[in-house]
Amino acid sequence: MSKKSKQPLLQNPGVVGVLASLLSIVIGLVLGFILLVILNPGASLDGMKAMMTTGFASMDKFGKVLYQAAPLMMCGLSVGFAFKTGLFNIGAPGQYTMGAFFALLCGIQFQMPWFVCLLASAIGGAIWGIFPGLFKAYFNVNEVITSIMFNWIGMYLVNLILANSPHMLASGWGASNSDRTAALSAANPGAILPKGPFAGLFGNSSWINIGIILSIIFALIVWVVLQKTTFGYELKACGLSRDAAQYAGINAKRNIVLSMVIAGALSGIGGGIYYLAGTGQYVIEKSILGMGFNGIPVALLASSNPVGTIFSALFISYIQVGGAAMQPAYSSETIDIVIAVIIYLAAFALLMRGVIAKAVSGRKEKGGAAK
Amino acid sequence: MMIAANIISLTVLFAVPLLLVALGGMFSEHSGVINIALEGMMIIGALFACFTLQAFDKSGFGPAHPQLAMLAAILVAGLTGMIFSFFLGFAAINLKADQTIGGTALNQFAPAFAVVMTWAIQGQGLTTIAIPSWVRITRDTFGLAPVDGPSFWNNLIFKYFYLTTPVAVVLFIAAYIVMYKTRFGLRLRACGEHPQAADSVGINVYKMRYAGVLISGFLGGIGGLAYTVAAGSGFNSDVGGYGFLALAVMIFGNWKPFPILASSVFFALFKVIAAYSSSLPFLPKFEGVKEISNFYQMLPYIVTMIVLIFTSKNSQAPKAEGIPYDKGSR
Repeated sequence: MSKKSKQPLLQNPGVVGVLASLLSIVIGLVLGFILLVILNPGASLDGMKAMMTTGFASMDKFGKVLYQAAPLMMCGLSVGFAFKTGLFNIGAPGQYTMGAFFALLCGIQFQMPWFVCLLASAIGGAIWGIFPGLFKAYFNVNEVITSIMFNWIGMYLVNLILANSPHMLASGWGASNSDRTAALSAANPGAILPKGPFAGLFGNSSWINIGIILSIIFALIVWVVLQKTTFGYELKACGLSRDAAQYAGINAKRNIVLSMVIAGALSGIGGGIYYLAGTGQYVIEKSILGMGFNGIPVALLASSNPVGTIFSALFISYIQVGGAAMQPAYSSETIDIVIAVIIYLAAFALLMRGVIAKAVSGRKEKGGAAK
Repeated sequence: MMIAANIISLTVLFAVPLLLVALGGMFSEHSGVINIALEGMMIIGALFACFTLQAFDKSGFGPAHPQLAMLAAILVAGLTGMIFSFFLGFAAINLKADQTIGGTALNQFAPAFAVVMTWAIQGQGLTTIAIPSWVRITRDTFGLAPVDGPSFWNNLIFKYFYLTTPVAVVLFIAAYIVMYKTRFGLRLRACGEHPQAADSVGINVYKMRYAGVLISGFLGGIGGLAYTVAAGSGFNSDVGGYGFLALAVMIFGNWKPFPILASSVFFALFKVIAAYSSSLPFLPKFEGVKEISNFYQMLPYIVTMIVLIFTSKNSQAPKAEGIPYDKGSR
């Protein structure tokens, strides 16, 4: 009886997907350790220990894990949501930047409270998501190209506007630097996300706020939309086969645009959550922010499943905090190598799923023959 | 006039990496593999080429034979880019993985790897690999006497002249001939248009796709070095998004060599104008607007999007790009 219930479990695509992701992680970490040994044999054990344990070492570090996980989760949800509709949203960095900009604009320029800023960030991201959607649906331009273009357009646009809004910059609020936005604590403390239930738990940790709770709620909402609503079903149908969906009476063009708008809004909220935490200021940059790109591994590791995204974002954030603690023996970029290896392996997760499924069915056949 | 000479020579300087990398993308996509990892291939090529240049600088070979050393560095850039592109080929061709995801992984890997390697070799915190000054081609290289004061022709030719420019010209001609005048080029393009048909007449689709990806890695690696010498401030583990820009150049150039050449010059010109925007008399000044260079930086991307709206209907994109070839499917 127990055997019967076990075997279908291992053939369940969801379970196999989780196993494939775990396998990618294990191989990635082992390769990471080998890399540490090659780079600096003496420090390798301490480095590995720092990578694996720092996240839980203190409440402050754990707070930082949650703080970074929230925007990662939103970007991962964004990329994953678009994947479900058959779109590769590599535009998450641009949408994230736009969301951050809209949130800060409401917070600093217009002195709005945090929930209005968060709403604005969703609108900013959605605006930046609609372009790849429209270009894909109506002009048949690959969304990857449009997204990459709009990542750059967004960054330069935000830089241009910020450079010309003296009221937004730190120099407009008593600080000396004019290359970044004002600190929210000086400009508008009401725009900083509240600590909510974490106030007592994490003491004075400046990292923690309700961002992580909001992100988990969004993940659950996305799951419900995709799994339990007609709209979600239509989106997934478009992803599996656009022509078949159209034949079945689904408006594929509308769904592509809507999917990108929602994906954009999710990334935008990610940008809002990160910069409304009050610890970071938006620095006028010459290169695209990495947070949006990191949404891609988060989504891949979770096989685009919204609930899985919660765990994969926490994991990626956890090892990033660990990676920062490996300095100065190793540069924190060592972690990016580990993450890159994990995504590379996850890219052929399908193949690994095949291997696992084969191993399981092979055992089953053997067992059957023995009987 | 002097500023015109500077702008022309700078445009050529920055068009070279775009041209090389976009040609690389063209080979990969005509074989049927979307190469989103061009940025990563540029970084890897530039990383190893810069290490090579530095080694030559230390050993004394570089200052003695500057252009020979540079040629060796160019080869190193190409070969390491090629080796790196093998990973894209393996994932996309053998394992039939999603090509954009595999490419994203390589793009994430390359800059991190470059930082870690630079630290490991140069020591903690030293993130810039300096480019030796003997790399530039000067009048001295040709045994010409130096000129006194500024001269239009001298600025035009010798102010920003590196071996990567003549190499790019040779590679461009070679790329055109290989793509359109050889059996190999025809077969490669067949694999990107209709791999099943190509297979049915005895072409090994996997081999052809590997060839396309490896050529793109070779050109991408050299493009990375070309960008690094053009940028001028040493190698900082990034190539300023030129790999992605080259993707736009390739699409703007409709996957064909001569239009790619034209569009890489177009993009480079806008980049240079953006850098010089404050000192160019003929540009609109937008009184009272700060950091207007951001606007000029945006323009090529916006123009590309507008052009794509009008051209995507009769796009020359290879039909089978991005679809893993499975012998069993029909």
